[in-house]
Amino acid sequence: MSKPEFVYVTYIETTPEKLWQALTSSEFSKRYWFGTELKSDWKVGSPLDLVMNGTTTDTGEILEADRPRRLSYTFKHETNEAYRNEKASKVVFNIEQHGKFVKLTLSHEGFAEGSKLLDGISKGWPAIMSSLKSLLESGTALEIPVSALGIEGVS
Amino acid sequence: MNIKNFKPAIVYTIYIAATPEKVWQALTAAEFSRQYFSGFAIEADLKVGGAFIARAPDGSVHISGEVIECDPPSKLTVTWNVNWPALVEKLGPTLVTYEIEQAGEVVKLTMLQSHDRDISDDILSGGRAGWPAILSSLKSLLETGQALAIKMAPPERMLAALKEMGIGTL
Repeated sequence: MSKPEFVYVTYIETTPEKLWQALTSSEFSKRYWFGTELKSDWKVGSPLDLVMNGTTTDTGEILEADRPRRLSYTFKHETNEAYRNEKASKVVFNIEQHGKFVKLTLSHEGFAEGSKLLDGISKGWPAIMSSLKSLLESGTALEIPVSALGIEGVS
Repeated sequence: MNIKNFKPAIVYTIYIAATPEKVWQALTAAEFSRQYFSGFAIEADLKVGGAFIARAPDGSVHISGEVIECDPPSKLTVTWNVNWPALVEKLGPTLVTYEIEQAGEVVKLTMLQSHDRDISDDILSGGRAGWPAILSSLKSLLETGQALAIKMAPPERMLAALKEMGIGTL
């Protein structure tokens, strides 16, 4: 039986430092993350708020901030009725130089068996990571309609 | 072979600023695959029952298979058998499906690698390492005109597991 977690790897033509900035700045995240702003001072132990159109959708606490190699935070969903009673999970970004490119490994773990949020984030992350890659490589993020993600109850 | 007996072991989704036709072409034509897939040429006879081959840069056939489902530009399913001695005999055939969907103005590409039996994480580490590199590079090629020449080697744990099962990898 595999662990209830989601892992996504992508390779990006960029530098670890630029990728770190993109993962920690609202200026970037608003463009590739469905309009989401990331509010935190990124110090270990500090809070993180994910804010979409003025609503805090997710909250967390910074666990690791080893710029520009590794960033992790807890992740608690706050708005959608179907998910918000689930316990906090954990998001980890690993950034590695791979030849001329950067290998980004995202893992999102710590879900209960049968988690509905796990299904939701498994559909959301590929869109966010794809758009992030486009933004860093071509300067233009992707306009992906939320309805295309195929998340149950989200249109 | 009944494809209903196959279950996805690896699923990878990537969104690409391109048309479904462009993505289909990139997945099925050697002139594209050579750029994003470590120099490998995809040679596909795009009809059900047609041959599907990935030819290595040295001219040898590295992956051979057959087209199982072909619905351009939406869905392609092929058998994807690496030509390592005893591989198919020991692990069964590997099925690869590409699903191409319009998602607003971009394309959602989903790759599913399926098997008709349980496959160990050691063996699957090959696909888990390979697909993100191949498909990241394909996306870059279609969006920027430049593929990523990502240096890849088969994971040690996969080679060790194959060797233990008596599957040659040379």
